[in-house]
Amino acid sequence: MNLLTTLRLAFRALWRNKIRTFLTMLGIVFGIGAVIAMVAAGQGAQQSVKDVFDSLGTNVLSVESGGATSFGASGGAGSRASVTWKDFAALQSGEIPTIRWVAPLLTTKSQVASEQGNWNTSVTGTNAIWFQIRNWKTTQGDTFDQDTGEASAKVVVLGSTVATQLFPNANPVGQAIRIAGQPYEVLGVLESKGQGPMGDNDDIVVIPYKTYEQKLAKGLAKYVQGRVLVSMTDDEAADSTIAGITDLLREQHQLKATADDDFRVRNPAEFAKGQQDSTKRISWLLAIVAAVSLAVGGIGVMNIMLVSVIERTREIGIRMAVGATPKDVMTQFLVEALALSAVGGVLGLGVGYLGAYGMAHWIFKWKMFFPATTAAIAFGVSGGVGVLFGLYPAIRASQLDPITALRYES
Amino acid sequence: MALVDPGASLPSPRRADRPGALIEMRGIERTYYMGDNVVRALAGVDLTIERGASIAIMGQSGSGKSTMMNILGCLDQPTKGTYALDGRDVSRLSRAELASVRGRMIGFVFQSFNLLSRTTALENVEMPLLYQGLSSRVRRARAEAALERVGLHNRGDHTPNQLSGGQQQRVAIARALVCEAPIIMADEPTGNLDTRTSYEVMAILQGLVAQGITVVLVTHEPDIAAYARRVVTLRDGLVTEDRTQTPVIAGGSMAGDAAAHAAEQAAAAAAGAHP
Ligand SMILES: Nc1ncnc2c1ncn2[C@@H]1O[C@H](COP(=O)(O)OP(=O)(O)O)[C@@H](O)[C@H]1O
Ligand SMILES: [Mg+2]
Repeated sequence: MNLLTTLRLAFRALWRNKIRTFLTMLGIVFGIGAVIAMVAAGQGAQQSVKDVFDSLGTNVLSVESGGATSFGASGGAGSRASVTWKDFAALQSGEIPTIRWVAPLLTTKSQVASEQGNWNTSVTGTNAIWFQIRNWKTTQGDTFDQDTGEASAKVVVLGSTVATQLFPNANPVGQAIRIAGQPYEVLGVLESKGQGPMGDNDDIVVIPYKTYEQKLAKGLAKYVQGRVLVSMTDDEAADSTIAGITDLLREQHQLKATADDDFRVRNPAEFAKGQQDSTKRISWLLAIVAAVSLAVGGIGVMNIMLVSVIERTREIGIRMAVGATPKDVMTQFLVEALALSAVGGVLGLGVGYLGAYGMAHWIFKWKMFFPATTAAIAFGVSGGVGVLFGLYPAIRASQLDPITALRYES
Repeated sequence: MALVDPGASLPSPRRADRPGALIEMRGIERTYYMGDNVVRALAGVDLTIERGASIAIMGQSGSGKSTMMNILGCLDQPTKGTYALDGRDVSRLSRAELASVRGRMIGFVFQSFNLLSRTTALENVEMPLLYQGLSSRVRRARAEAALERVGLHNRGDHTPNQLSGGQQQRVAIARALVCEAPIIMADEPTGNLDTRTSYEVMAILQGLVAQGITVVLVTHEPDIAAYARRVVTLRDGLVTEDRTQTPVIAGGSMAGDAAAHAAEQAAAAAAGAHP
């Protein structure tokens, strides 16, 4: 019997008992849904960690003003400025041997404009080192060099999104743009880094930090109006570097032994690891849900297939009488079990998508990850369940004696 | 596959010029064991059936008719004895081999029709072809032709519960015909039918004999056995009588039914050729 006909027969048999079929599928649906959500969460966690590193750089610590609160809580508006450019210089001084590079990171939102366009974007003030920390290269022109980075030159490096917005069909390098009304010369355009946890990585313009302070920052120039990124020689050094920075800044700020830190040193890798741990816990939970649902679903499939074999004993007898071999009968019932769980798998894919979306959106607050491989997983796992639990009923059907089966009264 | 006679797979074993009898049973026994109870349903039967024969197996209830038909139809195997079907020994085949022999050689017609419910007449008739690996186009065409042969070409889309008993049995006959099997086994084919429709069904079966198909009829009713040319009587699992007769000709009551009419003509012609 050819496969297409067998499939058609299977779907028709399932369609005849719509409600029963649907209820039987539920276990599979939720099982696959949980598997999909689990995979998506794992992928999401991986991607999110990668994004954190992409947007800050690897082996990087972040130092900013404010008391010790958890990562993510705003230290900006309410907290008192405490980290100064002197502190910055001290961090750069080489006193802490595990510090490789130091870059300021001052950011604000501002309107930028060219002859051809107008755009609201994030303006970053930093030095030349920052491009190295982020390992960010240009596709056109250049980033600013060491000296320009330390000068208050009115030069700018554009993120690719801004470049497209302001210069839809011209080479931006050498052109002039306005940032908050002030003219700047475009030095280069950065390569695209795509979407990150905070949105579009490429929606950015970068200017020297001194220029930033003069033209965009309000308040005293004594303090760093943002963060200081500290790049370490290796990530094993994180703990000792944090301790070193803490000691150094406490001394700089002349804090008493009993006083709390008035600055924060944070390790994005720690944050990423924390997210990974929480994903791991949820993944385990989902794995248990998936295993239980799939087992219950599989037993449901087996149960319904056994009922179906009994109900259709006479049909089996008739088919055998007209020439169906035991293998034909077995195939028919196996394909039916497979179809049942495969349809459950497809519905489960939908449920898993919603679950993954919900998790991404409400729990982890990261982007939705739903790689194409999840569809293959849904089919693979549900097919496996179908075969595993459909085999026994199918074998029972194939072993029926045609004479007994033909005489069977339902 | 030492048992396979290469000739057995020839597509048209119905041909009357093939050597040897179509069915050759020697010393067939079938014993049922139920606990301590031993029932010898068949106690040593010898039976030869020629190609194109019209034969009725008679006997009272419990005489072994159904057991006999099950073995003849390759649904069951004898406890003892040999059975050569179209020159091939089929008494010791595997279940799968038996199934394929049934598919190619035998069409069944049952007392209770045994059509698949909620399945159209056409699909019921197509069903055996599924196991012959034919394309759906060929299946459809052959099923339609088979329905036409039993005069139901315009009932293809009806399900069994939309058909009368006689029509259902005709669908079953079409299903038995669709694989071009050389043998039709009919176990009490009129058992669930009234006199008039029994007559229709017998007319069709006689028409098939006229077309060269071997029809083996199992019945306990002498009226029905009267339509066959040869009557074998069983008693307690043994053949007690084997006679040839001039069959009664079915037909006439189905004015307007082309197939039945054709069957009547054919049967009449066949009867004329062998007085
Ligand atoms: N599956 C079976 N198990 C046990 N005994 C059986 C079975 N089938 C038939 N018999 C017995 O074999 C004998 C012949 O039965 P059967 O071939 O059905 O006769 P008939 O069809 O002529 O009525 C009966 O005594 C019956 O009880
Ligand atoms: Mg009987």
